[in-house]
Amino acid sequence: MLTFIIYKLIICVAVFGLSLAVAAYSTLWERKLSALLQDRVGPDRAGPFGLLQPLADGGKMFFKEEIIPNVSNKFLFILGPSLVMLTALMTGAVIPWAKDAYVAGKLYSMQITDINIGILYLFGVVSVGVYGIMIGGWASNNKYALLGSMRASSQMISYEIAMGIAVIALIITSGGTLSLREIVEQQDAGFANIVWQPLGFIIFFVCALAETNRAPFDLPECEAELVGGYHTEYSSMKLGLFLFAEYINMFISSAVMAAFYFGGYNFPFAHELYDAMGLADGSKWIALIGFGAYFTKIFLFISVFMWIRWTLPRFRYDQLMNLGWRILLPLSLLNLAITVVVEFFRGHITF
Amino acid sequence: MQLTNRSKVVSNKVQTAMEQLYLPGILKGMLITGSHLFKRRATVKYPEETRPVAAVYRGWHVLKRDENGAERCTACGLCAVACPAEAITMESAERKKGEEGLYREEKYAKIYEINMLRCIFCGLCEEACPKEAIFLTDRLVDTEYEREDFVYGKSKLTEKIDKRIDVSKRQTLEVAEFKKLPGLKHNEMWEGKNLNKGNKH
Repeated sequence: MLTFIIYKLIICVAVFGLSLAVAAYSTLWERKLSALLQDRVGPDRAGPFGLLQPLADGGKMFFKEEIIPNVSNKFLFILGPSLVMLTALMTGAVIPWAKDAYVAGKLYSMQITDINIGILYLFGVVSVGVYGIMIGGWASNNKYALLGSMRASSQMISYEIAMGIAVIALIITSGGTLSLREIVEQQDAGFANIVWQPLGFIIFFVCALAETNRAPFDLPECEAELVGGYHTEYSSMKLGLFLFAEYINMFISSAVMAAFYFGGYNFPFAHELYDAMGLADGSKWIALIGFGAYFTKIFLFISVFMWIRWTLPRFRYDQLMNLGWRILLPLSLLNLAITVVVEFFRGHITF
Repeated sequence: MQLTNRSKVVSNKVQTAMEQLYLPGILKGMLITGSHLFKRRATVKYPEETRPVAAVYRGWHVLKRDENGAERCTACGLCAVACPAEAITMESAERKKGEEGLYREEKYAKIYEINMLRCIFCGLCEEACPKEAIFLTDRLVDTEYEREDFVYGKSKLTEKIDKRIDVSKRQTLEVAEFKKLPGLKHNEMWEGKNLNKGNKH
């Protein structure tokens, strides 16, 4: 029992630390990549290659003056960013990071918890995340913040529908399981799901951009018309939490996409490689290599997110709604129909 | 009625099905930005790297010393008169006994200041100087936090005895001949050249 608690504690802290570290270095990578895409050099003064820049940024955030507007609802004002950060960190719990491995003779799973409704949990937590933005924007008692939070919530609700239907198609492809671990394990034996769900992946990807409030769907913090959007009134580390949560969300949605459509910690010819290296199932090295493969995929996804941000201009609000309701929703329904037909002929569903 | 011939017909082109898909357009845009990943950066990382400057670049001034290490400047004030930006001020003093090693002639500049924020680096001070005492060099003026720090006194202008500054690039033969002056001895360029013909100095 004690070893179980210690093991869970270790893995919780590890995932927590990983999320924060990846988010911190995503900010640096975002600045670096944007610089590279614009023929600039980017931050390179803090430490070697600018590697200490996230620390400097974080330190700056902490030392900024903390301002809470006296017309705001103080409790909700603080609750907003806390909720955003909490939900962002909670999503990492169901993601399988690597294959099971034997440590000191016992088989341990490299996942905080493998619940059989993993996808449901994920979507539940993500949709609670929008409350943080809504509460924060409303409690600011500022028109710009309110408009920004309303945009955020309507955008997230609209795109969650198309995203959900795309995921239903994915669930059908993977035989009706809602556990992320099983979805990933199934892709170990056969092809990655992207082969069966190319359209579903595109829909999911576009919706993930909208869910994480990333460009070209970053209307909630559209500085051209809304000053800062929902975090206009925020300062110091509460602003930092909002910005940081965006990067954690980006990390988690990249991880989810890699797990759903690209086989998570599996990669082509993995078994041949493990055989050639003489590694038995449950080896620590297999877990480590798988984790490396998974992380490479996540890194590529994060880079693509950023690449898109520094390429595309922001959507207009009516265009955003048009895309969500008139294009993505019918497309996801079409994808669902196609999936059902294809899976019927593959023999995965019977009537 | 057409008022000017500059009017244009606005295109209200309807998007084709391919354009409405957006994805090809987005991919095209991403390839354009992506191609910039491999382009040369224009940035010069300044303190570590410096942009190459011309050999006769006009920067931070230097007050020269003669071959014995005595200051050449006699505080005549011609540079201050020549200065179009009125950046130079000086105060003269008389050389005392025993200071022959410090100052070349009987009069010297007790205070010599150039306001680097006023200076336009035209080089007229250098042209006006009859004693070959002031030269502009290819050193860039430092950055400072306060305006007052840009007023350079003798401590920042006079060359150090053990760290002589070569100005042979700026002290041209023509100028030296015109001024009927021997070249500054430590300038390598003048080695073996006899310019003293008709020198009344």
